Amino acid sequence: MQSDNDSLFETLQQWRAAGKSAALATVVSTWGSSPRPEGSHLAVDEAGHFVGSVSGGCIEGAVIDAAREVMASGRPQLLEFGVSDEQAWQVGLACGGRVQVFVEPVE
Amino acid sequence: MKREALARIADAQRGRRALVAVTRLADGVQCLVDAETVDGELTLSQAELAAARSLMSSGRSASLSGVLPGAEGLFARAYVPSPRMLIVGAVHIAQALSKMADAAGFEVVVIDPRGAFASPERFPSVQLSDEWPDEALARLGLDDATALVALSHDPKLDDPALELALPSKAFYIGALGSRRTHEKRLERLSAAGLGELVGRIHSPIGLGLGGRSPAEIAVAILAEVIQVRYKGERG
Repeated sequence: MQSDNDSLFETLQQWRAAGKSAALATVVSTWGSSPRPEGSHLAVDEAGHFVGSVSGGCIEGAVIDAAREVMASGRPQLLEFGVSDEQAWQVGLACGGRVQVFVEPVE
Repeated sequence: MKREALARIADAQRGRRALVAVTRLADGVQCLVDAETVDGELTLSQAELAAARSLMSSGRSASLSGVLPGAEGLFARAYVPSPRMLIVGAVHIAQALSKMADAAGFEVVVIDPRGAFASPERFPSVQLSDEWPDEALARLGLDDATALVALSHDPKLDDPALELALPSKAFYIGALGSRRTHEKRLERLSAAGLGELVGRIHSPIGLGLGGRSPAEIAVAILAEVIQVRYKGERG
């Protein structure tokens, strides 16, 4: 299940070695039915290229936007998505679950 | 995440070593913990450290508060070796199985000392070893995240692999062959002193899907390996 993360960390290293900014997103809590378990990673580079996943595809866009902010500011963010969330109307989880995603810059 | 932490996680994954990263979500300060060491700016109490290590042993990533009431705001991400499939016999089924297992997240090594079989043309995307199976398995190691699949049909290749795998921690052992072939195999392995362990071998190999083509048989084998990985031997 987590093996896709092997190549994810190598990709992150390659991005950084090539001088690109990068951020790492991690699912840190889930409630109800959410598609990816805690610990799932998504890595993003400055151009918005990404590997991995933190959902079935419904919140990736928003997480990538946040990742680019995090790269610019150098400060981590804790995001929450779910049916009770305002944002859910735009990028809600179709499955009705709720998920918290931590986004951190990669030095 | 610090550059050193990134390098250490990537290194641990390449070396198949377990590691857990603990992050304080309020500010992103982290430390990396393995069985012996703690490294990084985040200082953990003894209880927090023990909780992080217990999550690491179970291969589970979670908020520390889930296992240690009161440890709020700390997330433990366990990195454990990815599942690995060692395939003995670079045969037609192995061509299909290696691709499917690779796609399913397994690190795949195909072992066959017969150079014409284990050629990069036939296996473009996975690691190949032209060592004898006992040499290859001794080098690669058979840990509890490893599945051993013997497909060569040749006792000279399959038997030495099974002899090493049976007493190992490998979570799955399977061998291709008819019932008659398997009976003879069991006799040989029993004569080699492994009689008490031969029950670990899945044969006929794979779930009974009824498929016949190499790719269909590969699906049945991969399905069985995944079932044993998550549900244990009793399915």
